[in-house]
Amino acid sequence: MSMGMVWAILGAALSTALAGIGSAWGVGIAGQAAAGVVSEDPDQFAKVLLLQLLPGTQGIYGLLVTFITLSRIGILGGTQITDTHTGMMYFFACLPIAIVGLISAYHQGKTSVASIGLVAKKPDQFGKAMLFPAMVETYAILSLLVSILAVTNI
Amino acid sequence: MAIVEMQKLSICANKKHRKKVLETLQNLGVMEVDTVHIDDPDLKKMDTASMRNTFVKSAESFDRALKLLAVYAPENRKGIAALNGRDPVARAKLSQVVDDRQKYLDDMTQVLHADKEMTECRGNITKDETMIAALSPWLKLGVPLGFTGTKTTAALIGTLPDPITDDALYAQASAGLEEPVCVSAEVISSSNEMTCISVLCLKRDEARVEENLRTIGFARPAQLADGIPRELTATAETDIEAQKKKISELESEIASFGKEREEFRIAADYYRTRAEKYKLLGTIPQSEKCFFLEGWVTKDKADRVAKLLTERYGALVETEKKADDEMEPTVLHNNRFSEPAEAILESYGLPQHGRVDPTCIMSIFYVIFFGMMLSDAGYGILMFITCAILLKKYTNMDSGLKRMLKLFFWCGLSTTFWGFMYGGFFGDAIDTVAKTFFGCTGDTILKPLWFEPLSNPMRLLVWCMLFGVIHLYTGLGIKGYEMLKSHDVKGFICDIVSWYMFLTGLIFLLLPSDLFASISGMSFHFPAFVGQLSKWVTIIGMVIILLMSGRGRKNWALRIALGAYDLYGVTSWLSDVLSYSRLLALGLATGVIANVINLMASMFGGGVVGAILFVVIFIFGHLLNIGINALGAYVHTNRLQYVEFFGKFYDAGGRPFKPFHTEDKYIEIKEEQVL
Repeated sequence: MSMGMVWAILGAALSTALAGIGSAWGVGIAGQAAAGVVSEDPDQFAKVLLLQLLPGTQGIYGLLVTFITLSRIGILGGTQITDTHTGMMYFFACLPIAIVGLISAYHQGKTSVASIGLVAKKPDQFGKAMLFPAMVETYAILSLLVSILAVTNI
Repeated sequence: MAIVEMQKLSICANKKHRKKVLETLQNLGVMEVDTVHIDDPDLKKMDTASMRNTFVKSAESFDRALKLLAVYAPENRKGIAALNGRDPVARAKLSQVVDDRQKYLDDMTQVLHADKEMTECRGNITKDETMIAALSPWLKLGVPLGFTGTKTTAALIGTLPDPITDDALYAQASAGLEEPVCVSAEVISSSNEMTCISVLCLKRDEARVEENLRTIGFARPAQLADGIPRELTATAETDIEAQKKKISELESEIASFGKEREEFRIAADYYRTRAEKYKLLGTIPQSEKCFFLEGWVTKDKADRVAKLLTERYGALVETEKKADDEMEPTVLHNNRFSEPAEAILESYGLPQHGRVDPTCIMSIFYVIFFGMMLSDAGYGILMFITCAILLKKYTNMDSGLKRMLKLFFWCGLSTTFWGFMYGGFFGDAIDTVAKTFFGCTGDTILKPLWFEPLSNPMRLLVWCMLFGVIHLYTGLGIKGYEMLKSHDVKGFICDIVSWYMFLTGLIFLLLPSDLFASISGMSFHFPAFVGQLSKWVTIIGMVIILLMSGRGRKNWALRIALGAYDLYGVTSWLSDVLSYSRLLALGLATGVIANVINLMASMFGGGVVGAILFVVIFIFGHLLNIGINALGAYVHTNRLQYVEFFGKFYDAGGRPFKPFHTEDKYIEIKEEQVL
């Protein structure tokens, strides 16, 4: 096992771990707000549940990059890495979704909290409320894309 | 694909037909009544607030009674409650309920009264239980708690904070008393918190004994019911039994009204509708003999409404011109495919009259983009079949829900299409199954019709951006169409054509460049004249934008500066186009996660156990994946429409059409067609 493999697996692990932490954090704070709304108005359950789930996607994106990485470095397929610098390349390729996933999921969670408040006051404005958290997610999608493109082209 | 034309009607009718006219309009539900524009000081308005409040209260009481019925006489309804929609009710049934409404009001009051009594009973039970708990340490006491003694003896009944034995208590109580000591001391019960004692002594010693006891913290009990504790407890227990029996009687009394549930529902809606009518009535200007109404109707129904009111009630109905400060409400009409997408448009905002209704164009892009993001044939098939079954089975469901399901039906079809294009059927399920259980080791069985995204993401990214450019160009085109419609040819050339030229030219300059080839791995070779042409087209477009964007300004320096600023807007085009990369990212996400699920499911190998675990993990995992990715696809398709597409041309600002109609929460009147 070369040092390159260590680097690559570190990157793969971080992308699921950090993005997952972010999503858990975001979904967590949004869930608290959602539970508060449902305690007052149980009819809003479906709507606030959707809003709560929105910050959950970063964790999935992290998992995605991990899986693609693992399937290229000889863990789930592909060929083993023998040199250190290829491994480091995988590591850095994983960083965008790891870091942006963590931070954007947290902020998306906060935006979801605000949107849940909006739905509580004006249930008919659900379409608009959903859009605000989705805006934050754009940057997670961009970093996911960069990570995927980088990993698949190493 | 259009905004329905509206017609303003003004109605004047004899007061004796007032009730009938209003009821007809309410049942038809086609007119948005608006009386603010009639102001004549001679016309008076009725005060209907108190009547209205009575009706609202009745409706709310029926709602409460129905909630109680749902608890004590649960209903057995087939299927999923949320999909059932409102109950269809024949008009004859409605009039029967309306005629007997006094009976139902009484029954409803009885239900609510029973509930109130039940609350009281529960209160009594709690009171009894508290008393039993408080008396439990005193059960061994044979005299009432308030017992103070006989003619010659004094009783000291109370509590001490710390545990004590009978002997110690006796010693403490009798300390310093003259002989013969006549004291009887007894510990009744002892617990961590307190010790209950009873001490008997001669009346003359009472002060002294009490003093002795006080030094170790003696306190008389807080006021409890007077009586022997054991008897009091027994009485309370019988009372609890009685109250419980009463509660169950009351429960069955409420449940006995379960058969009137339908009537209660009808009555609730009847009172709500009546409250709404009185609300309107309060705003209607009336003279001594007549009353006046104004309102909006869709143009195709205007004549028929007018004819109906004239023939039946001799009303005078005139068509009116729209006043300058008025805005007609917006009603959309679209074909069967696009109609469900109106909901998406509505949640952004309706278009104003005179503008374009983008629903039809949007719905096409919506369905395509949704399919690209979910992009799995298996998920798509599951989705459209589920929607089709639900739509077929629950014909009576709420119209909003119906529209949503119809939209997802089309999205499911599109998802299936894109799934086969990308070669995804529950991820790589077919190959995994073949490999794990049948030992096939060949090529992939389900080959993509187009290409597999993961093997060449850059190629798909370029395609996604191409779709983005088409989407955005369409948006710009709609803006151009609106400009042409209002005969603004100059604006059309300066703001629309110039941008088309500028952007298209730029794209054609970029395509053959080395930079593009090295990024995308595709190389384009155009003949030399295309390069020249696109260079000049770009420059002309750029010059038009630079010179003409600020054409409203006299000052040329300012005008050029504004033009340059507008030109800078090309960066927003760049970011808009890049935003379509989510089509790729979300498409990849679905496919790869589906593969991960298949991989996990097949980890247990072949054989019976492997097959069972495979099925369990497969079902659970893919359901989860459908849920989370369908949500993602829905949210991000909306975003592409709202932010990128609408950003190019659309500003809502239309007013939704709110016709005066029956307020039906539970029922739906089956109407004979009048219009």
